[in-house]
Amino acid sequence: MSTTTQQPQRRLLTSLADTIRSFVSGSRLLRLNAAAMPTAAALLIFVVLVTFGQVQYGGIVELGTISSLFINNAYLIILAVGMTFVILTGGIDLSVGSVVALSSVAGVMLANAGVNPWIAVLVMIAIGTVMGLLAGVLVDRFDVQPFIATLATMFLARGLASMLSTTPERLEADSAILGIATRLTIYDGPGVNDLVVPPSVIIAILTVVVAYVVLHRTRTGRTAYALGASEQSARLMGLPVARTRVLVYVISGSLAGLAAVTYTARLGSAQNVTGIGWELNAIAAVVIGGTLLTGGAGYVLGSLIGALVIALMNLLIIRDGSIPPESTTIITGGMLLVFVLLQRLVIARRRKG
Amino acid sequence: MSLREIWSGRRGKRTGAASPTSRSGTGRAGSGPVVQMTGICMDFPGGRALDEVSLTLHAGEVHALMGGNGAGKSTLIKVLTGVHAAADGQIVVDGRSRTFSGPADAESAGVTAAYQETFLCTNLSIGENVMLGHEIRGLLGIDWVRTRQRAGSVLAELGIDDLDPRLPLSGLSPASQQLVSIARAMVSAPRVLVLDEPTSSLEAGETARLFQVLDRLRSQGVAIVFVSHFLEQVYTISDRMTVLRDGRVVGEFLTRQVERAELISTMMGSSLQALQEIGSQRRDHRVEPSDQPWYRAIAVAQQGALEEVDLEIYGGEVVGLAGLRGSGRSTLGRLLSGASRSDSGTVEIGGQAIRLHSPAHGLAHRLAFAGERRRHAGLIEELTVRQNVLLALQAMRGWRTPVARGEVDALLGHLLERLDLDAGAADATVGELSGGNQQKVLLARWLAIRPRLLVLDEPTRSMDVAAKVHVQAQVAALAREGVSVVFISSELDEVVRLSDRIVVLKDREVIGEISNGPGLSVDTIVEMIAADRDEF
Ligand SMILES: Nc1ncnc2c1ncn2[C@@H]1O[C@H](COP(=O)(O)OP(=O)(O)OP(=O)(O)O)[C@@H](O)[C@H]1O
Ligand SMILES: [Mg+2]
Repeated sequence: MSTTTQQPQRRLLTSLADTIRSFVSGSRLLRLNAAAMPTAAALLIFVVLVTFGQVQYGGIVELGTISSLFINNAYLIILAVGMTFVILTGGIDLSVGSVVALSSVAGVMLANAGVNPWIAVLVMIAIGTVMGLLAGVLVDRFDVQPFIATLATMFLARGLASMLSTTPERLEADSAILGIATRLTIYDGPGVNDLVVPPSVIIAILTVVVAYVVLHRTRTGRTAYALGASEQSARLMGLPVARTRVLVYVISGSLAGLAAVTYTARLGSAQNVTGIGWELNAIAAVVIGGTLLTGGAGYVLGSLIGALVIALMNLLIIRDGSIPPESTTIITGGMLLVFVLLQRLVIARRRKG
Repeated sequence: MSLREIWSGRRGKRTGAASPTSRSGTGRAGSGPVVQMTGICMDFPGGRALDEVSLTLHAGEVHALMGGNGAGKSTLIKVLTGVHAAADGQIVVDGRSRTFSGPADAESAGVTAAYQETFLCTNLSIGENVMLGHEIRGLLGIDWVRTRQRAGSVLAELGIDDLDPRLPLSGLSPASQQLVSIARAMVSAPRVLVLDEPTSSLEAGETARLFQVLDRLRSQGVAIVFVSHFLEQVYTISDRMTVLRDGRVVGEFLTRQVERAELISTMMGSSLQALQEIGSQRRDHRVEPSDQPWYRAIAVAQQGALEEVDLEIYGGEVVGLAGLRGSGRSTLGRLLSGASRSDSGTVEIGGQAIRLHSPAHGLAHRLAFAGERRRHAGLIEELTVRQNVLLALQAMRGWRTPVARGEVDALLGHLLERLDLDAGAADATVGELSGGNQQKVLLARWLAIRPRLLVLDEPTRSMDVAAKVHVQAQVAALAREGVSVVFISSELDEVVRLSDRIVVLKDREVIGEISNGPGLSVDTIVEMIAADRDEF
């Protein structure tokens, strides 16, 4: 960012906070449900980020850009959805990045060994399920801290992936798995500006929708929220605490497997070092989306927005071009911080009246 | 004043309005007991909590479970619903021997409970808290419209139909939360309904309303377990009682056949004289303050909660705050001590205006607020009693001055004795104590810092009759030592008995101030509140 643009940017931030504040205080629905405020704030800040990008660099609000934003980040959206379940109960899942690595390496090797590609895909998801189940059982039955339990499964999955192979495993060019990333042009715009939706993006969107339904329209989902408030309360209320607690890790693991499928399909190869740090991206997406790390409050739609915010920030940094590659993580981190602080500001002001 | 009046929680006359018209249920012919617990034993790491306890519940009866703090009432209830596993004993429900694996299992057999400690989820809506686990489901999963309607109808029955079930639970007063937890226990139409101190933060009107509902359930054949330290309420609503002491059954009575005095001595294990003696340490009024007030609040107010109030406080004086809930009495107590920040006005100590923006400022001037809600009022459940008291001391002295262990021990021994707590309690974690004993620890915590002004908001809630007398004696003793006490209680007779001066609040305003004296009674205050009409 050049110094000349810094002044308007700061002004933009303050006016942004004001806009959000007035929006938030005006909505009756939000007044009823204070928990929705961080997510609403996230949505607004996202919209402003898009506007800012469009004004500053151009070419953001275009079908082509939006398509690639989703295509490149389908895996992150899926991971964030799984992470939302876990964080809502007050837990955390550090293993998802490693599970993606294990699952994709295993899947590619199976497919290349001649196993039916759809069976290979199912196995990829099942690997995630098993890893999630393991973490869930550790947390619930053996009372291990979620951080520690999933740290263990994280090392386990990464180790297993390395045992399978330490070199990139390439999918055969005619593998049916690649079909999951086929670019289906829905709308043919001018030049490269097409609306492209591969099955992987549809899978990601479906994941969000299904997760929303599960969290808001099933007793299991509501139990997850209750667990996040207080495990003791949930127990005294007679809710299925143990089952739900295991289930959220199973969901997160399985979705990590699913994320591995979409990622592998897009890349056409897999490697044991894939996905290092992805769990942190997923957590960041969930938190930016307004879900409390302590559990009990948040929305899966927020996590979708959070994933898009991260994706968009990376895109903007690339678009800017003047930022040296070494400093991009600093900028990402800084922007995340600003984003979260802005959210707190909005909420704090709103609380005061 | 008679002992009987001292011990009856709220005055008989007013709760009497809720008196059941029928006692139809007593001894229903032809049906065996719905629940029969026999020989129940239960151990906690700290020792035996229940020893060979039996409890028999009949359909269409309200069964009072009586006993002092720590007697084992809540534990017995949790054994019944499967929260705790009994070490020994048998539970027979409808003639079948059962061991419930947890509340859900108990519920499927028709047994539900509203537990003593709040067990609701503050992050969820009121309606959800009532309905969690019982949501009405349609084709598209949970049908929120019908679910909310159902929640609304149960809540309306209990008299809180003015609340939008979509609002978050966290905004509710303790009383409304208590009603929500009762509603939750009722929602699955149980045949055995267990209520552990359901009225501890309810006002007379709300209690009357609850009793109407219980009456109706009783006539429909529901077996109800009712726990309360308010003897008047127990006599009003119950048909039968089981008395526990130190984890053993020490008596089983038909309510109409047992005298209050007998009940109290059975419960407490001490003779009436012993209690009477402690009771007599409460002082009779009242020294008229002669010198200057040391504390002066000028035009303190909180928007939406309390209009501007002026109040002067003298050393060694007990100022009672009387008023219904929502009258602003707790808010005033919080403003006086710095627990909440005033929107306007000033507070002067010895003629000097002080900064009172946070509880820490208050503590620095030795102004302490002992609040109504245990969970939020500064008790850390995972720590021991000793550590909690130490924290309070340390917080007041600042973190640079270490507090010697010997000092804490001496202080603690003194405090426990004063509050009639077992000396062994010092090393128990607060979470292990019974509800009433936690309340005592909260008080001990505040007494430890030897405040100049101590605001007590409902200090005797959930305490048994003996503990109440103890606390009252403590307040009197503190005042003798020169501490100023602001005493807030829903039990007006408690306020009248203890205070030198009573400030009466109504609708977020102070409507009057009365100096206590022989002519003053609870009725004076009740009339004062009733007579005050809004002029506009
Ligand atoms: N979770 C626990 N861990 C260890 N000890 C406990 C626990 N809960 C209760 N106790 C102990 O069991 C005994 C009975 O407690 P309980 O809560 O049943 O008393 P209670 O009759 O309900 O008293 P109150 O009137 O104060 O509510 C007490 O000595 C208490 O310290
Ligand atoms: Mg109890």
